[in-house]
Amino acid sequence: MDTTALILSLKLAFWTCVILFPVAIFFGRLLAWRQFAGKAWLEAVIALPLVLPPTVLGFYLLLGMGATSPLGEFYFSLTGNHLVFSFDGLLVASVIFNLPFAIQPMQRAFEAIPANIREAAWCCGLSRFESLWRIELPLAWPGAMSALALTFAHTLGEFGVVLMVGGSIEGETKTIAISIYDRVQAFDNHTAGTMSALLLVFSLVTIGFVYRLTYQRRQQVK
Amino acid sequence: MKIKWLFLCFFTLLLPLAVQASQVPRIAAASSLQFVLPEVLAEFKRQTGHSVRTTFGSSGNFRRQIIQGASFELFLSANEFYVNALVERGLTVDAGVIYGQGRIALVVPTNSQLKPDSNLAGLRQALDKNDISRFAIANPNHAPYGRAAREALQVYGLWNAIQPFIVKGENASQATQFAVSGSTQGGIVPYALAVSPIIAESNQVVLIAQSSHQPIGQRMVLLQGSGDVARQLYDFISSAQAQAIFTQFGIESSSVSQSPSQRVSE
Repeated sequence: MDTTALILSLKLAFWTCVILFPVAIFFGRLLAWRQFAGKAWLEAVIALPLVLPPTVLGFYLLLGMGATSPLGEFYFSLTGNHLVFSFDGLLVASVIFNLPFAIQPMQRAFEAIPANIREAAWCCGLSRFESLWRIELPLAWPGAMSALALTFAHTLGEFGVVLMVGGSIEGETKTIAISIYDRVQAFDNHTAGTMSALLLVFSLVTIGFVYRLTYQRRQQVK
Repeated sequence: MKIKWLFLCFFTLLLPLAVQASQVPRIAAASSLQFVLPEVLAEFKRQTGHSVRTTFGSSGNFRRQIIQGASFELFLSANEFYVNALVERGLTVDAGVIYGQGRIALVVPTNSQLKPDSNLAGLRQALDKNDISRFAIANPNHAPYGRAAREALQVYGLWNAIQPFIVKGENASQATQFAVSGSTQGGIVPYALAVSPIIAESNQVVLIAQSSHQPIGQRMVLLQGSGDVARQLYDFISSAQAQAIFTQFGIESSSVSQSPSQRVSE
């Protein structure tokens, strides 16, 4: 059992959720309630990670975040760290890769809030922030929870991108999925088996939790 | 009606595959052979008219796949261990033969401060000056060239100092890609990959002393059920002509013993 890798994966999943939560609220509301030119394309861009092979993203990230790329140089001058082969780089990859998992459930949740409730909030003189904090978010809470749960579980399961831009550094980029691969490659079926079983159970519980939330929400709406 | 046509088209598309599969043997080759093997195969085709389908990957992976029943006819490993494991299981025609001794090289991209040399003195200096933030090798847990790289770093007493900076490629080929990406200060990779023009033209490449690591005896073996073409290729790879191509890529023809080495570590 590679606990370092497990802790790293949990840390990566946590920070991905922290970064994506406000992003998901912003885009979720935007896409749920606004009509604007190019909306379909914005939704398409957000959904891309669902259909693109991880290798495509990995390839662009390798080029785009490399030490010699403008972004890589900018980040280095800012922080003194490199993006490729580092935890920071993995986090960038993970945030991009989880966009649809965070935004889409949020969007559905905001869509389900009846327009008259929001209008009532405005009529009561609530500011936009108050309306978000006291009316919209409590109503969208099940959606927000499933967004977070899906993002968290999906980050633990990330493999292809991490394999391409990670470099399997202990405690930094060697996530649990990579560690499992590593163990299988080294014919250590026992350790690989333990870690796989752990991930299997964890993912099942997470997805089950998400479905339960969805049912509860449907009952609430009825 | 439409569906019928679709099916027909579909099967017509599959037909040539089925025919081809029966004639063209599949061979599995270590990823360190990525550049040299195509040249050997081109020469083989010029002489015999036969072509083969090659899959490149990590030797350890191939060992697993072959045990699980992958239908390769010839396996060119980057070491002996993985071939011997198949021989023990009776999956091969015979014990195979060493087709060359692999060498490792230090590869340094142009933007790196590191001064390459054959006994890693420059690497030591760069480490002392904190010029190294990332250094690439193949994963020593399962890639033969990664193991050799680690041995060399250990022999020169650099392993402990460099370990925090090591990025591990999943196989030798990815390690090479990491080493020249510009995001590392260099790496230790198969010379057979580093010497190819695509790498050597834009990076500095220096052979590392052979005494710094256990010999990398690259063994190939014919697998059970291999056909005539695979057998011809096996003989061709042992021929002086193919050996000359391997030598150009730093895989030196083996004057060393043909018996399985005593290396048991994994």
